Amino acid sequence: MTIEARFQFDLGDFRLDVDLQLPGRGVTSLFGPSGCGKTSLLRAIAGLDRHAVGYLKVGELLWQDAETFVPPHRRPVGYVFQEASLFDHLSVAGNLEYGCKRVPEPERTISLERAIALLGIGPLLQRRPVTLSGGERQRVAIARALAVSPRLLLMDEPLAAVDLERRQEILPWIEALHRELDIPVLHVSHAPEEVARLADHLVLMRAGRVVAAGDAHHMFTRLDLPLALDNDATSVIEATVSGHDEEYRLTRLDFAGGQFTMARQPIAVGSPVRLRLAARDVSLTLQRQSGTSILNILPVTVDEISLDDDAQVTVRVLAGSVPILARITRKSALELGLQPGMEIFAQAKGIALLG
Amino acid sequence: MFNEADLIALAITLKLALVSTLVLLLFGTPLAWWLARTRWRFKFLLEAMIALPLVLPPTVLGFYLLLALGPNGPVGGLMTALGGRPLAFTFTGLVIGSVVYSLPFVVQPLQDAFAAVGRRPLEVAATLRAGPVDRFFTVTVPLARAGFFTAAVLGFAHTLGEFGVVLMIGGNIPGQTQVVSIAVYDHVESLQYAHAHWLSAGLLVLSFLLLVAVYALNRHLRVLRA
Repeated sequence: MTIEARFQFDLGDFRLDVDLQLPGRGVTSLFGPSGCGKTSLLRAIAGLDRHAVGYLKVGELLWQDAETFVPPHRRPVGYVFQEASLFDHLSVAGNLEYGCKRVPEPERTISLERAIALLGIGPLLQRRPVTLSGGERQRVAIARALAVSPRLLLMDEPLAAVDLERRQEILPWIEALHRELDIPVLHVSHAPEEVARLADHLVLMRAGRVVAAGDAHHMFTRLDLPLALDNDATSVIEATVSGHDEEYRLTRLDFAGGQFTMARQPIAVGSPVRLRLAARDVSLTLQRQSGTSILNILPVTVDEISLDDDAQVTVRVLAGSVPILARITRKSALELGLQPGMEIFAQAKGIALLG
Repeated sequence: MFNEADLIALAITLKLALVSTLVLLLFGTPLAWWLARTRWRFKFLLEAMIALPLVLPPTVLGFYLLLALGPNGPVGGLMTALGGRPLAFTFTGLVIGSVVYSLPFVVQPLQDAFAAVGRRPLEVAATLRAGPVDRFFTVTVPLARAGFFTAAVLGFAHTLGEFGVVLMIGGNIPGQTQVVSIAVYDHVESLQYAHAHWLSAGLLVLSFLLLVAVYALNRHLRVLRA
């Protein structure tokens, strides 16, 4: 299944003009600054904006073209709004049942019980929405959207209205959805960390247009895109837990380009994990350093160097075939004489686990 | 205490208030809904028109309604042409007059309540498979229930207290169009102060209780929201 979305319509100051082919599986993140049209695109896909002019086909189902406009309540989507927007006149259970009971029984692929279990909200069912915390409200909203057995789950910055601590409370649940349900998720965000953590596919937007779209890992490390040129640039690496070192309380992680070591993680050997490597925590050396406290040193090949005039440049190196970004000063890049194809070493100071 | 004519007047008053309130809710709800949602730039003209009875002397409104509903007026003429009779000096005429007169008291609270509900809950309901009518009854009505209650009670109470309009189009026919407010006037005119007292006090207490209910409920809801 693929999702074909083409929309052209005015959005006040600018025009939304997109032509997208999105994969029908995994998490696709629409990423861009506030006000770039991400939410408007998501609303158009849900059919919430009657003025949105365009073409939309989800799998075999035509939802919109010049003659067709399937109204929002007939589109099999689940929508999670930025604010949980629970119905205050119903209990948590009433909120969950509202959508579920309007779906004909044969079409219910996700039972109410499953949605409740997936978001861990069993203990909240009898509560009124006004008595819930921000994180709890958002989890109920996600479960409510899942309980309509959507063919496509749309999430509009589901974490934006929640404080940092609560985000850590919700993110694991969203990741679990990803693993346990085979529903494509279209997710809007302007938080790089959230995208690094969730996205399989990434659509970069700016002022109503799509700047670039593609595989998330690849997009993060493309030097012609603003993501890699930011001081917060990161590489996202898929790895597997390969072993634990109980003496030093360390965990070893294998990935396609070598091995990382990090503080002992409570994760079983063989589990897949997603790692986040901040580009500013990666340094480059011409020879393998000895006498350093840094554990993670990888032989790499220089692939590309950004053409900044600023103090900092981004260098993309390849560990095997896995791209890793290093954010170093332009002065260092010149003094090391870095050229594409050079065999050097990358030292990573901090590696973070992304759930 | 009450003589038979007074009791009949009281019955007619309550019946008028009840029927008018139902008609008001029936027409006022879609009107208020449309006013709350439309982006039509001349909507203020319609809002001003609906609010007119708040400032206009009831006799002026009653006068125009009398002309419209009488045998030579457009509405009365149409009724005659269709084989009916003109609506002036009938109970139906009274209902029409009351509805026009009390319209702002029903439309404004409803419009405010619909605006307060906002679009978001309805969008949520739409993504949860609820069609437009379903959304209105399962989301808008429960969320705007205080507005409906206020609108109904104000419409009812305001119709109870009406004098000028009913006098003009009802014509004070005992047993048909004579309501309490006019009966009180008649008693005073004929110096039957005791009767006037009973009827006046009855209306005063009833109106007060209705308003107490409105304010108590609104206070209760405010406390709940805080």
